[in-house]
Amino acid sequence: MKPRGLVNTFVGYSILIFFALVFLYPFVIQLANSFKTEPDAADNPLSPVPNPVSFAGFERIFEGTNFPLWLGNSLLVTVVLTVGRVFFDSLAGYALARLRFGGRRAIFAGVIAVMAVPGVVLLIPKFLVLNQLGIYDSYTALILPIIVDAAGVFIMKQFFESVPASMEEAARIDGASVFRTYWSVVLPMARPALITLTILSFQGSWNEFPHTLVAVQDPDLFTLPRGLADLVSGSLGTGTQYPLKLGAALLATIPVAIIFVIFQRYFVRGATEGAEKG
Amino acid sequence: MRTRNETLAGWLFVAPVVLILGVFLLLPIVMALWVSLTGWNGQGSPFRSGVPFVGGDNYTSLFTEDGLPRQDFMTSIRNNLYYVALVVPVQTALALGLALVVNQRMLKGKSFFRTAFYFPSVTSSVAISVVFLFIFANSGAVNALLAGVGIDGPVWFDDSRGLIHLLLDTVGVNSAPGALSNHGVLGLTWWDWLSGPSVAMCAIIALVVWTTSGTFMLMFLAALQQMPQQVEEASLIDGANSWQRLRYVTLPMLRPTLFLVLTLGLIGTWQVFDQIYVMSQGNPAKTTLTPAFLSYRTAFKDFEYGRGAAISFVLFLIIVAMTLLQRWLLRERRSS
Repeated sequence: MKPRGLVNTFVGYSILIFFALVFLYPFVIQLANSFKTEPDAADNPLSPVPNPVSFAGFERIFEGTNFPLWLGNSLLVTVVLTVGRVFFDSLAGYALARLRFGGRRAIFAGVIAVMAVPGVVLLIPKFLVLNQLGIYDSYTALILPIIVDAAGVFIMKQFFESVPASMEEAARIDGASVFRTYWSVVLPMARPALITLTILSFQGSWNEFPHTLVAVQDPDLFTLPRGLADLVSGSLGTGTQYPLKLGAALLATIPVAIIFVIFQRYFVRGATEGAEKG
Repeated sequence: MRTRNETLAGWLFVAPVVLILGVFLLLPIVMALWVSLTGWNGQGSPFRSGVPFVGGDNYTSLFTEDGLPRQDFMTSIRNNLYYVALVVPVQTALALGLALVVNQRMLKGKSFFRTAFYFPSVTSSVAISVVFLFIFANSGAVNALLAGVGIDGPVWFDDSRGLIHLLLDTVGVNSAPGALSNHGVLGLTWWDWLSGPSVAMCAIIALVVWTTSGTFMLMFLAALQQMPQQVEEASLIDGANSWQRLRYVTLPMLRPTLFLVLTLGLIGTWQVFDQIYVMSQGNPAKTTLTPAFLSYRTAFKDFEYGRGAAISFVLFLIIVAMTLLQRWLLRERRSS
């Protein structure tokens, strides 16, 4: 028994370490090569140590590209989207979980059905609507169509159903309005769900790409993923300039990486909760 | 009085969600259905009277008429089929394997490894694609590794040769036998259908497996951790070795999760878009073209909005079929 346990442990660690390298080394390569000179990046792509250390790539990101503009747009869009999703999704989730009103079941069924609609087949349709409404190529187009998300409504509804009703009943008896009860009694109790939703919304909005592709074409409205895609396939597509591209991708990844390290258990909760919706 | 209040509040609370999902999800589907029946070219409104109504022409051009539209569409279907056939099994097996290892009780530092495997899943698909462009570049990390073991790596994103064709080449079959190249179905010859994923597509497959395995690992892990410990202990007492335990105890209990992961994989793999857009734009020789990217390109680059919308709808039907399959499989589980 004992030696077999030892062998198992050894095999287990070997597998884990091998795959940890496979999953993390690309990020090491990204980090290291964004500080390399172009010839060094081409000659020693695997080396984790830049030789010599060069900031040329980063200088060109800030001087030769619209990176600061994309960053600003991303921040604006992400903040508005996150606040909007958390507010509207929790509002609807609360109503669907706790309020009795005609049509409630139908709306919930609709929310579930909508979750199954694949995003990529909606690219052309979304463009049509934005065009018809006359808001194509505006911040509104970047934000409004995705400021609510069905999965968030679902997560909030599930959570509110698990909260005991006694507290809000007391508030109701005291004469608080429905919104008041939601805002000052129920919402504070929903902190764990709100954090999960905030983090998922932040990550989703920050990384959103296909929607931005059909919502805007004005380079002044590009967010980071859109600018990055443009950088790679556009003017610099044929040249190498890898330190520059990797550096820009690195800067776009850092905010989500920081949030992930701090709040990883909320990401995990989101991933497994999302799985159960089916 | 209270119920009237509640009805009003209820509707007010769900109004933003209902309005936005209605205007930006349901209405667009109806509008696109109309556009897919027209020859709208993007000029003005697709609902003007001057827009030519073409009925099912956009659909027949994809399925029954000889020509470039059908050839491109069927090529994209072929590419996506190979993509699905490789990504789904590999990501599922990898996720399951990692979950089983991470779940072993005697290992330390499990949460670190779990985090490491999951991290790629939460980062930007565009940023990751940029990194993989470099990793699979001519002078990139993969070719450097291959050179280390004496292999001259391919020019990944320029190599349109299919894997099955390459395999056949090694046994001396380097051109299509007449029976395969002269006959075909749906606009492609049998030889074309049987190409296998191209070398370029393999790089994208590697990227996607790498980013999605972590999420699916977490799903397996959640299921493993819900498994009652007594079952495992009982099988230990019965003298089952670890392979038997896996085969007869763990895997049967993981069946629902396995179905879930497989069907979510099937749904997801038909939607691949971001990576194609950033890494290859369907090149080389259209071997990384997928229906999702083709519909985008047809509409926004070729300004054939009608045909683009038609491709979207066909893709929509494929994905709905996968979703129904998922619902059906999981319902089986609940009733049994």
